[in-house]
Amino acid sequence: MNKEPLFHITRNSNIKWYKAWIIRAIAIILALILCGIITSMTTGLNPIGVYGTMIDGVFGTSRRIWMLLQNMAILLCISLALAPAFKMKFWNLGGDGQSLMGALGAAAVMILLGDRLPSGLLIIVMIVVSILCGIIWAVIPAFFKAVFNTNETLFTLMMNYVAIQLVAFFVIVWEVPRGSGKIGIINQNTQAGWFPSLFGSKYMINLLVVIILTVLIYVYMNYTKHGYELAVVGESEATAKYVGIKTKRVVIRTMVLSGALCGIAGLLLVGGSEHTLTTTLVDGRGFTGVMVAWLAKFNPLVMILTTFLLVFLDRGATEITTIYGLNDSFGAIITGIILFFILGSEFFLNYRIAFRKSGKEAA
Amino acid sequence: MFDFLVSFIPRAVTQGIPLMYGSVGETITEKSGNLNLGTAGIMYVGGISGVIGAFLYENGAGKNGMNGFLAIFIPLICCLLGSLIMGLIYCFLTVSLRANQNVTGLALTTFGVGFGNFFGGSLIKLSGSDVPSIALSKTSAFFSMKLPFANKLGWFGKIFLSYSFLAYLAIAFALIAAITISKTRTGLNLRAIGESPATADAAGINVTRYKYFATCIGAMVSGLGGLYYVMDYACGIWSNDAFGDRGWLAIALVIFTIWRPGHSIWASILFGGLYILHIFIPTGTNLAIKEIYQMAPFVVTIIVLIFTSVRNKKENQPPASLGSSYFREDR
Repeated sequence: MNKEPLFHITRNSNIKWYKAWIIRAIAIILALILCGIITSMTTGLNPIGVYGTMIDGVFGTSRRIWMLLQNMAILLCISLALAPAFKMKFWNLGGDGQSLMGALGAAAVMILLGDRLPSGLLIIVMIVVSILCGIIWAVIPAFFKAVFNTNETLFTLMMNYVAIQLVAFFVIVWEVPRGSGKIGIINQNTQAGWFPSLFGSKYMINLLVVIILTVLIYVYMNYTKHGYELAVVGESEATAKYVGIKTKRVVIRTMVLSGALCGIAGLLLVGGSEHTLTTTLVDGRGFTGVMVAWLAKFNPLVMILTTFLLVFLDRGATEITTIYGLNDSFGAIITGIILFFILGSEFFLNYRIAFRKSGKEAA
Repeated sequence: MFDFLVSFIPRAVTQGIPLMYGSVGETITEKSGNLNLGTAGIMYVGGISGVIGAFLYENGAGKNGMNGFLAIFIPLICCLLGSLIMGLIYCFLTVSLRANQNVTGLALTTFGVGFGNFFGGSLIKLSGSDVPSIALSKTSAFFSMKLPFANKLGWFGKIFLSYSFLAYLAIAFALIAAITISKTRTGLNLRAIGESPATADAAGINVTRYKYFATCIGAMVSGLGGLYYVMDYACGIWSNDAFGDRGWLAIALVIFTIWRPGHSIWASILFGGLYILHIFIPTGTNLAIKEIYQMAPFVVTIIVLIFTSVRNKKENQPPASLGSSYFREDR
């Protein structure tokens, strides 16, 4: 006879919310301890000192706090774009490409129309063009998914690299000066197309836009018919069809939204903060955004927290590397380990392990 | 034209071999229903693990001279071990703990690329070189040893025989994987799991064990791609981020070959050719157009992806359970 297994696993769907957060917190603490051990093993530094430096690097000066907020705004914007698609179980891994296209659109308008249009009108054209560019990049895979059921994970992934090469092409076309292979700061003298400073900070507009978007997406996903429909499609396409939801329309409509938000993220990057265009402008945020959205279970308000966690790790790691002369990839290792732990902890939220009772053998 | 081909094909092949390792490994993984987007990270880890092994051995054996067997064996084992650990992390999270495969894969890539660049950077510092790279030319010399008579056979030798053993090993792996998947009982079981794990489970196949083995073997094969890149293609020179987006290109290849590792042999070389095509196309002063040519592998992949889904032939589809975790009690 086979031996009975030591334990068996059952689903545990209704865990209390505070328990869920306790489990996640334990996971993060365990991850930080492990990272601390690895830090002192590989570098010989005191891990508590390293974490202290991280916190100082993120909050130390008002400039650093603004950098934190600015980075959070962009990452949150992209994550907001991805969340509705993921809730629909449409794996949009193309956030990078869609944002980059938005950035390309904004930069194109700034370069080509910068000295022809008045500033206000220029910004409006930038908004329209970058949103359109983002939408185009998102709708192509959505269309094929809706009509032919083409695998969207792989399609959107490939679109990223097409976008990168397209940007690389235009960077050389518009390079300043010739032969440098770089665009540099666009409209440095006229500042045409640059978003104005608000309340004394040039990042304020970005921040406000993203805060408004967060609230809007939260309402959209939780309190509108559209939001309800995409949740049904995500849970079960068969059910969606049965209750008369036009799934193809929902898929394309949601991806239009997703692409538009990514386009806005690109716009904010070009118009609001960086004022330039490079192939690495988005810097993998399309992928980080996947993790942000997923960790928050696609809840836009919780996403603010998860965005903070990931940006904090990133900015903090940058600080460590400059202070201790480490390699700047150290942050990626820490981020990876923390993500592994959070991913693993999800198991204990969704499943319950029941150990066999030893008395059973006697029965 | 002929001269062009004789110089172009070997370069396309050496460019294609890392992709071949990556795509064969990823195909084995995906056949079990695991979509491992961490391949890019695994290839980095494979590469840097080999570099670490080689670095330690080169420095350790400095005075006594290097033993050819150990010079190859140590980096090889380090590379396999590093990629195995990455595969195990992925399996533990997605198979045992049923975490989301896409997110786990992306986290694995973040971790792997970071791991590679961190230890790469540290080694560069240790070796105290002035350029941001480590040169392991002695180890590389062993890795890129070629058949002694290849040069004497003219164009035939150049096109077919001018590669190192790792290149032929890649082709061997692709063939073994192709035969195992399509012709053996093990392969049949593996495909069954990829298509419908519940059915396979009911038929008495150990789903968890197959998923672990397929993913870990796949990860080790992919990792070798990283090793080949550093030791042979790059002549033993590791510099951070040099590997680039080849990991993603390998995932693209899996789609391009419609999950058939045998086809990966020519397809990888084709992609390798597309990857470097822009160098050979005379564009004069118009450098921008080269960037458009570099789009080719990705555009071709998208077209294949669309075509397979439009034609909707049963044998050309991704494994049906690709990307979803299996839990026996979910019905």
